[in-house]
Amino acid sequence: MSEYIIEMIDITKEFPGVKANDDITLQIQKGEVHALLGENGAGKSTLMSVLFGLYQPDQGHIKIDGQPVEIRNPNDANALHIGMVHQHFKLVECFTVLENIILGVEPNDLGFLKKKEAREKVVSLSEKYGLSVDPDAVVSDITVGMQQRVEILKMLYRDNDILIFDEPTAVLTPQEINELMEIMRQFADEGKSILFISHKLNEIMAVADRCTVLRRGKCIGTVNTDDTTVEELSRMMVGRDVSFSVEKSETEIGDTVLSVRNMTASGASKKEAVRDVSFDVRGGEILCIAGIEGNGQSELIYALTGLDKINQGKVELCGQDITRATIRNRSKSGMSHIPEDRHKYGLILDFSLEQNLVLERYWQPEFQSRGFIKDGAVRQYAEGLIEKYDIRSGQGPVTDTRSMSGGNQQKAIVAREIDKNPELLVAVQPTRGLDVGAIEYIHKQLVAQRDAGKAVLLMSLELDEVMDVSDRILVMYEGEIVGEFDPDTTTVDELGLYMVGAKRQQAYQQKEAKA
Amino acid sequence: MNRIQELFARRGVKSIFASLLSIVIGLFIGLLLLFGFNAPYAVGGFFKILNTGFSSAYNFSKVLYQAAPLILTGLSVGFAFKTGLFNIGASGQYTMGAFFGLVAAIQFQLPWYVAVLAAMIGGAVWGLFPGLFKALFNVNEVITSIMFNWISLFLVNLLLANMPMMLANYWGAANPDRTASVATANSNALIPTLGLDKLLHSDYMNISIFLAIGVAVICYIILNKTTFGYELKACGYNRNASVYAGINAKRNIVLSMVIAGALAGLGGAISYLNGPVQYVIKKEILMMGFNGIPVALLAAANPIGIIFSGFFISYIQIGGNALQPEFSSEIINIIIAAIIYLSAVSLLIKELITRILRKKKKEELEALDQNGEGVAK
Repeated sequence: MSEYIIEMIDITKEFPGVKANDDITLQIQKGEVHALLGENGAGKSTLMSVLFGLYQPDQGHIKIDGQPVEIRNPNDANALHIGMVHQHFKLVECFTVLENIILGVEPNDLGFLKKKEAREKVVSLSEKYGLSVDPDAVVSDITVGMQQRVEILKMLYRDNDILIFDEPTAVLTPQEINELMEIMRQFADEGKSILFISHKLNEIMAVADRCTVLRRGKCIGTVNTDDTTVEELSRMMVGRDVSFSVEKSETEIGDTVLSVRNMTASGASKKEAVRDVSFDVRGGEILCIAGIEGNGQSELIYALTGLDKINQGKVELCGQDITRATIRNRSKSGMSHIPEDRHKYGLILDFSLEQNLVLERYWQPEFQSRGFIKDGAVRQYAEGLIEKYDIRSGQGPVTDTRSMSGGNQQKAIVAREIDKNPELLVAVQPTRGLDVGAIEYIHKQLVAQRDAGKAVLLMSLELDEVMDVSDRILVMYEGEIVGEFDPDTTTVDELGLYMVGAKRQQAYQQKEAKA
Repeated sequence: MNRIQELFARRGVKSIFASLLSIVIGLFIGLLLLFGFNAPYAVGGFFKILNTGFSSAYNFSKVLYQAAPLILTGLSVGFAFKTGLFNIGASGQYTMGAFFGLVAAIQFQLPWYVAVLAAMIGGAVWGLFPGLFKALFNVNEVITSIMFNWISLFLVNLLLANMPMMLANYWGAANPDRTASVATANSNALIPTLGLDKLLHSDYMNISIFLAIGVAVICYIILNKTTFGYELKACGYNRNASVYAGINAKRNIVLSMVIAGALAGLGGAISYLNGPVQYVIKKEILMMGFNGIPVALLAAANPIGIIFSGFFISYIQIGGNALQPEFSSEIINIIIAAIIYLSAVSLLIKELITRILRKKKKEELEALDQNGEGVAK
């Protein structure tokens, strides 16, 4: 019996031009929660792919329970009882929960499914661990949190002892995150070993026993979480000191830039997702819209930015009525939009970086004459932005956007939107899925916009971000604004009560509507 | 050695090489088939495929004659493809183009350039409908354009049957099942030859191949150099993001289908505004439009590549026709199909090339290391 259940020793994996893993050693004890921390592109995914047999290491070897093993493909990993919940779930959308869980290991008699047996096992597992799921619900109908429980049940159904969670909290609400943490602790107490991949330091401190930090393909060290601090971990991860609090100076509040009156919008679903919402955003302030996912914030943004129609009400930008304006005209009137989903809306991944940087400006005389794109001007502009906003990529302006790291993709969007010099910057979850270095950078950019007297409308699900960055907070619940807060005088707990609908300020709607 | 490696490291070169490799393997599969069907004639037949096209000026003129509409239908499919649309309706647009062109030439006795323009309008209209359905109601363009293929076929047959002046027997020929020879009915409507027919001793020969190449170059410029092409590609790669950026995606979808239709329609015109060719009233969809699909796929929808792939497909089809009577000429379609399958896996082939190159490089480095000279990597 070895001290470690998994040992990855001196793993080196090289790709053309990059050493993704450089002599990394990762040792996990039985029954511990072990965190793997690193920025985007630090080599976490490569290391996990090696463990799963998707890549063969150039050097180094893997031991399970002290025995050297060779993992050539994911089936080998499965046979060694290693299971993983991927960041992007691997579920068949049109199958039921039960069908997804047994997929690949279906209990059968001569090819006939024994669903009853499977169902009993799934139900007993879900009861044992408090992972409540409806086995007959179709996956496309259930929430993201429940989909994650299905993924966890998949691992348990296969009797996996080594459970890997790849950034599991990125898609969850605060309550769901707490539940997940408890479940992970429960697994560890039972003797299962957990590898928790994350770049959220607070979560690692809360749940992990030990933490291994990677930076640029190298192993920086393994520490006990009891003996370290958030600051030290972040220094190990980024290689320098990171400021967690956002530095803001006082600014003059300027004129109203965006005014929304009695807006109703339905979004993709039929119901009224946004109901009779009124608010103003003024120059020199960051107004934050907080709330639990699915309370109409996304629909509000879609309607404001023109991606969806506004059913009723009126929206004015710098005094101009833009209620029915096209997206292009909104952009011309001074609106910039950092979208929620950078792959779906923000970027054309098959375009080069420079083509993406002019995505909203290619039609301006600066970049085209008589319909022909001025390649030289585009290149020059792109090089300027890359330098000014520190966008890192393999080949500069001609890099395939798809090949860039998430943080740099987001920097490219931020650069494009801010460089338009907008009067109003709409930023939707601008730091989602990014590491601390990139988050710090983006927060600074938002504050710089505010300091320049521009209006910033920030929508965020992360309460820390809401409290740190904003000058004023609106909470949305079930499509309505239920309260307005000053971050200096309110608390996270207070906001939470409004977010779940336990409290509301009756006066708010009337006050703004009259103003 | 290093220079070759650097050359292959470039993306475009790699895709060209992958296409060439799939052609070679496809031809080899063809050779095996020939052996399977009629072994004694297999080698001779194979050489017929390879050299018929160049064996005489006349055969070469037929390669060029057929290559022109293939390039245009290939461009039609490829252009729509760049906008994220699969234009399987090139056949119907080609048919409508041929019909509009012939009506302008025979019924209205108009000169060739007007007939060509009419053909492009006919094809464009036939592309417009699937485009509108797609943009406004999100109806899959594959389904509508397949239906429009059949509609065009029977509509054209019905109209021709009721337009006596269009048919050959009106102009003194015996057969009522085909349109009049344009040479007889209105020689002004023939695509100009500029003496090329004399040069190659073939009345198939005219300037249409140069028209097709010119159009391909224009398509290349539109797609790669203009804001319009930028918008089209943006919509093709990611419709949501292009809407977010303020691009009118619906308009671009419709325009892309209209242009694709006009390209196929032009192909129809230059096929039939030609001395020895007549439109025969049949109950089968014209294959020319469908053959545009392999032409576009083999070239990965690159307009310049389509010039070469169109020429190639035409070349081996002419070779295939010469296989008779020892083999049925359909065998060439199997070879083309094999090549297309292989070029569809050209990604894999590309990966293979990359891997071989990398291995070579590694071996070289190791060899250097062993010699103790591996200082400068």
